[in-house]
Amino acid sequence: MAVGGAFGRMNRGLAIYAVAFVAVLYLPILLIPLFSFNAGVYVKFPLEGVTLRWYADLAGRETLHHAFFNSLQVGLVVAIMSTVLAVPAAKAIARYRLPGKRAIVGFIMLPLVVPGLIFGVALLTLLNRFGATMSLATVGIGHVVLCLPFAIATLLPRFEGIDRSMEEASADLGENAWWTFWRITVPTILPGILASLLLTFTISFDEFILAFFLSGTEATLPMYIWSQLRFPQDFPSLLALATLILVFSFVMVFASLRIAGFGRTARREGAI
Amino acid sequence: MISIRNVCKSFGRVQAVRDVSLEIHQGEFFSLLGASGSGKTTLLRMIAGFEPVTSGHIVIDGQRSEDMPPHLRPVNMVFQNYAIFPHLNVRDNIAYGLRRLGIARPRQAAMVDEMLDLIALPSYGDRRANQLSGGQMQRVALARALILKPKVLLLDEPLGALDKQLRDQMQLELRSLQQKLGITFVLVTHDQEEALTLSDRVAVMAEGRVVQVDTPAGLYDTPRNRLVAGFVGNMNFFDGTVRRTGAEALLDVEGLGRMPLNDPVGAFRDGDPAVVALRPEGFTLHPSPPAAAFGVVQGRLQARQYLGGRQLLHIAIEGRTASVTVLRQIARGAEAEQMAEGSPIWLTWPQDALVVLEKE
Amino acid sequence: MSFGGAPAIAPPLPRGRWSGLSGLLHRNEALRGYLLVSPALIVMAAAILMPLATIVMTSFWSVSGYSIDTTLTARNYQAMAEQPMYGVLIGRSLWMAALATVVTVALCYPMAYFVAFHIHRHKALWLIIMTLPFWTSYLLRVFSWKVILGYEGLINTALLGAGLIDQPLTVFLYSQTAVVIVLAHSWAAFALLPIYVSLEKIDRSYVEAAADLGDSPARRFWRIVVPLSLPGVVSAFFLMFIPTVGDYITPAMLGGPDGMMVGNLVQANFGPMNNAPAGAALAIVMIVAISVAGLAFLALTRLVRR
Repeated sequence: MAVGGAFGRMNRGLAIYAVAFVAVLYLPILLIPLFSFNAGVYVKFPLEGVTLRWYADLAGRETLHHAFFNSLQVGLVVAIMSTVLAVPAAKAIARYRLPGKRAIVGFIMLPLVVPGLIFGVALLTLLNRFGATMSLATVGIGHVVLCLPFAIATLLPRFEGIDRSMEEASADLGENAWWTFWRITVPTILPGILASLLLTFTISFDEFILAFFLSGTEATLPMYIWSQLRFPQDFPSLLALATLILVFSFVMVFASLRIAGFGRTARREGAI
Repeated sequence: MISIRNVCKSFGRVQAVRDVSLEIHQGEFFSLLGASGSGKTTLLRMIAGFEPVTSGHIVIDGQRSEDMPPHLRPVNMVFQNYAIFPHLNVRDNIAYGLRRLGIARPRQAAMVDEMLDLIALPSYGDRRANQLSGGQMQRVALARALILKPKVLLLDEPLGALDKQLRDQMQLELRSLQQKLGITFVLVTHDQEEALTLSDRVAVMAEGRVVQVDTPAGLYDTPRNRLVAGFVGNMNFFDGTVRRTGAEALLDVEGLGRMPLNDPVGAFRDGDPAVVALRPEGFTLHPSPPAAAFGVVQGRLQARQYLGGRQLLHIAIEGRTASVTVLRQIARGAEAEQMAEGSPIWLTWPQDALVVLEKE
Repeated sequence: MSFGGAPAIAPPLPRGRWSGLSGLLHRNEALRGYLLVSPALIVMAAAILMPLATIVMTSFWSVSGYSIDTTLTARNYQAMAEQPMYGVLIGRSLWMAALATVVTVALCYPMAYFVAFHIHRHKALWLIIMTLPFWTSYLLRVFSWKVILGYEGLINTALLGAGLIDQPLTVFLYSQTAVVIVLAHSWAAFALLPIYVSLEKIDRSYVEAAADLGDSPARRFWRIVVPLSLPGVVSAFFLMFIPTVGDYITPAMLGGPDGMMVGNLVQANFGPMNNAPAGAALAIVMIVAISVAGLAFLALTRLVRR
């Protein structure tokens, strides 16, 4: 195909646009770490000098540590539970001829589009009807449902990538379904499982809306941040905390997407 | 050994296998031959247990098995793509099925060594699947299945992925292995030459049905219908009409003339159309009119194709639109005898070379 | 010249041992599949369908004093019909979400096109870079916009520094504009991915065929690429529009009184106002409004495509 001069110019224009797009996408998030090192209390230019004071300040906050461990706890349980639920579901969706598969997939992907607010208040109302007290457990329930679509979407390409004959060969050689799962399926989808654990942990760790409605007296980390936003003098410390969370989330999600082979399989995920 | 009774399989509205019944005997090399979509692979997968039957029964080694899960069936399979587990090395692949049998580790290792010797890959134990060639993977897949001493070994197009030279070599090895071990082999293939070379008996499948089950010689010499005849080697087909007067039946064949019809069961009535088949090597060529009263026809040489030491001649005969193909050996020093294209030529054939095909 | 052998007489059929449950499971692939998805489906049903059913029920109850009166009444819906405030709020929410969606889809399309058609190496890395911010805390992302749009934020200090204004501008923070900008920024990944996927799926030979038939680059873009990527644009619209209508963090943090959306009132009813039935009714109306708007959009695209 001949590439004319106009085409080349368009390319360059597009490339500049793309760089600008990425810059705008990242700009707000990069301001957080920038100001977290600012010596001044107020978030404004020009910066007043570099300090690590705000980070040191985090070390002494008991409620923050408590919230952190709460988030950690919920995140771990949610990551494990949603992945455990997602593995058989993804297998069935990827490998079995199921009548009504489209409807099932649509239903499972529902939390992606239901506004978090509606989901939150609905779950709150239901749990209230059952007389449940809001706690970390109720947050966990909400997060598992929220994370399931992501876990399944992460695992699906892995299952689709398994050569069907591998599992058949195992059965043929005398292993039943359970042992075939452990000896053949799990080693093959291990990267997907790992990616799912990392991703769902991060989603739960960062999630605010559901936690807002379902957490009761036990605050998670985002809840803690929300509650501290009212105090301007605490703002720089919050920026320091947010920086730590952002770095942590970026690393986790980047690792997860890389392991899962995100992008290389984007064609197939288009079904959502 | 395997008895397939009225087995049907449909995928939604598609009927992949329609009412197939077969008996496969102990120690036999049996092939399922057919084009893609003929249902042969589906049938094999039902024997292995990967596809449940829609209806009908499968008896393996005296046990009714159509609902038995695959891991309990006394059959093992060599997959088309070999399905060598990529995360295990060759040794662990071969030993995979031994774990369930409760065999002690040292004994397992000895068995694997034995197998590695059998497939002539003694030093390959530590390699991974991606370090093996196609032929080596095929041997590992064989070893992995045979170590379990199956009653029946199923082979799904095992040679399809190999190049021609390797395929010929593996054919010989497969055949000798089967004779050495005495295990029943069931082979699925679309390659008629492979099926005829390897098998004791062949079932020809088309559109989900078994068309004919016979020995290779039987299939070649007495194909039951046009499909089998055409599938197994080259064939000339001639349309004819039956002339019946009482018990005696004659056949008018286009281009070949009138000939007696052997129809003991009286399948044909007067005026029925019939198809006669004759292999290209069934004709004898004569440069001048031969002295035979029956079975002579004059033609004209149209074209010739060289096939190594043989020639395929296309000869036009009167009363038939398509040309007749005739295969002949090129004798050394017979160049002078070669006829020019367009020159007249006479064909004769022995009466028993003609096959009258079943009514369709 | 014979016609095959007579059928052999088969030995009698042995009795089957594999009937019952294991036989049923072996025969019925769909049943095995349903068994595998059922744990996930049960959890989803219990945690999504049941809550939605409860909220529908709750919307027909009412508050009396500090407790809830469970006699069925349509009073909550009546109140909404009578007070124009609700209609205004819902209309504004739909409008702001639609605006943010259209802006985002328009801005994301060229980006997705660039990655799909002009990036050949490290494509996966580009995709990860584009979606990475989306996975991080929503709260923190909205929060970071305060730093930019605030009274002493980035924009105002920059404009003051350049001498273009004497007083910090207040239009950015606590306004509808602020909410639309932040919504567009926060949900970009939801619009980007489906558009990218639909562009990536386009067989390059179509574009080459159009070029071969004499179309200029611009014409093949309009005649081949755009029509074939339309499904991705439609799903991008839905994936972004639906959740943004119900957003309440962004308006709560950046909207000010004019930028409030229906989600804020729902949240207030469940929170400080302590009127769950009214909040439930409002949530239901919101779902219905989203559905109606979505269906209208779908009908519109059908009309355009014809």
